Amino acid sequence: MTTVDSDTAIPSLAGVASLVSERGTVETPTKVDVRGLSFYYGDMRALEDVSIQIPEKQVTAFIGPSGCGKSTFLRTLNRMNDIIPGVRVTGTVLIDGKDIYGASTDPVTLRQHVGMVFQKSNPFPKSIFENVAYGLRINGLAASKTELADRVETSLRAAALWDEVKDRLSASALALSGGQQQRLCIARALAVEPEVLLMDEPASALDPIATQHIEELVFQLKTNYTIVIVTHNMQQAARVSDRTAFFWLGKLIEFDLTSRMFTAPTAKLTEDYVTGRFG
Amino acid sequence: MTRRQRNHWLDLALHGAGLGATLLGLGVLAALLFDIFSDGFGRISWDFLTSFPSRRAENAGIYAALLGTLWVITLTAMLAVPVGIGAAIYLEEYGGRGRWSRIVEINIANLAGVPSVIYGLLGLGLFVRTLALGRSVIAGAATLALLALPVVILSSREALRAVSPALREASYALGATKWQTIWHQVLPVALPGILTGMILALSRTMGETAPLITIGALTYVPFAPDGIWSPFTVLPIQVFNWVSRPQEAFLANAAAGIIVLLALLLVMNGFAAWLRDRYQH
Repeated sequence: MTTVDSDTAIPSLAGVASLVSERGTVETPTKVDVRGLSFYYGDMRALEDVSIQIPEKQVTAFIGPSGCGKSTFLRTLNRMNDIIPGVRVTGTVLIDGKDIYGASTDPVTLRQHVGMVFQKSNPFPKSIFENVAYGLRINGLAASKTELADRVETSLRAAALWDEVKDRLSASALALSGGQQQRLCIARALAVEPEVLLMDEPASALDPIATQHIEELVFQLKTNYTIVIVTHNMQQAARVSDRTAFFWLGKLIEFDLTSRMFTAPTAKLTEDYVTGRFG
Repeated sequence: MTRRQRNHWLDLALHGAGLGATLLGLGVLAALLFDIFSDGFGRISWDFLTSFPSRRAENAGIYAALLGTLWVITLTAMLAVPVGIGAAIYLEEYGGRGRWSRIVEINIANLAGVPSVIYGLLGLGLFVRTLALGRSVIAGAATLALLALPVVILSSREALRAVSPALREASYALGATKWQTIWHQVLPVALPGILTGMILALSRTMGETAPLITIGALTYVPFAPDGIWSPFTVLPIQVFNWVSRPQEAFLANAAAGIIVLLALLLVMNGFAAWLRDRYQH
């Protein structure tokens, strides 16, 4: 049964993945260095001793079955979990060598540098312009009205949305389609010029065309940003990422170049998962 | 009778009972309105609205009570709304979800159900005597603000709680502080709900008689309030005063006073609906 799956699915994936591996083999500096991270919701341990080095200006994908901790882990990287009561983190997360859980790190400042895009697009119930301008305003990143307008435009262009919305910037963001809303959320995150962009299943609620737009965007954005993307969709991980991490029951099982993860994984669990034997 | 027929009849019977209950409520309201309008509508005139009370029913008017109500309710809103919204923001956003928070919540809900005359006694002891505000507009407004406060807090809290967590996360993820998130994202979305609760609380407060009589609001006031230290009366007290007179003509005045109070409530609720629509788009 399952061999049929792997015979049909894997060769096509491997074809895509091998293109990525050409780039992936180049050694790049580490942007996010996580050492021995465990995470608890109350008494429940959601992550156990995770260590991973996420390379700069590449796309790293987190895959794994539901509840494996991949989203929780993503949210430890910008301390988004801090707003949930009763959680606890142990271990260290270094971004550019600085411990983000250290006493001198302010989570508010951290989140300017580590942006986030959520699974369900969540534009503010304001105009398209105001959605992108919000982050610039609260962080005091634009000195004048013209600078603000310029930076909003730059961000919308970077998120490949400018041409679709340039004539209706004052229209409500909620009037956009699902895919456009998600790209608006990406534009909004890019506006504050983060260095790392975390994406939590950004295309899971979108149709195939909108998904393709997002994936193309991710591919372009890695020139300037370190991207970490959580996805349920293994083809997506294979298409967009340079490296893939496989999580299972709160543990990081394997982390390697995406091409290797999908063709010759070391762990039996990884192989079973990427070939569709469970999950 | 088959089971199916029985269910059918049961369905019809419940439908009928529900309809009956609704019609009963509406019928009582209609009878009340009809009674009041037939007694009092003839008395409504410009003179009635702009005259001070009088010993002669046909010369008596509602001006002092109408202005008294407007003064008191405006001041009540100015006191209860900022404090109520502030408390709601604290409890909902900063207060946490622990045992202490639950105890506070239950107590506020209980306060909303305390008979209004108790607030009158509190107002008499605290504002009129201890703080020596006397039987003034400010003492009345402060007493009514205490009465309105629990309702404002509860409804504001509910409106804040209904704001999607995704919106807060989006704001935090852009490097916003807690206060920036509350001020720029949460409050605007919660505003329609907060306004609705506020107007409902104020409407209820506007009809209150007992607490104001308890603090010693006057029942015969031949002058309009000229400031927050002025003695005053309000519409329900004026109506109460007229109803207790033996003469027929004063009963007509009472009915006319009720019509004025109802009209004021209608205007306020209309304003609330308008505000709500405006902020929802």
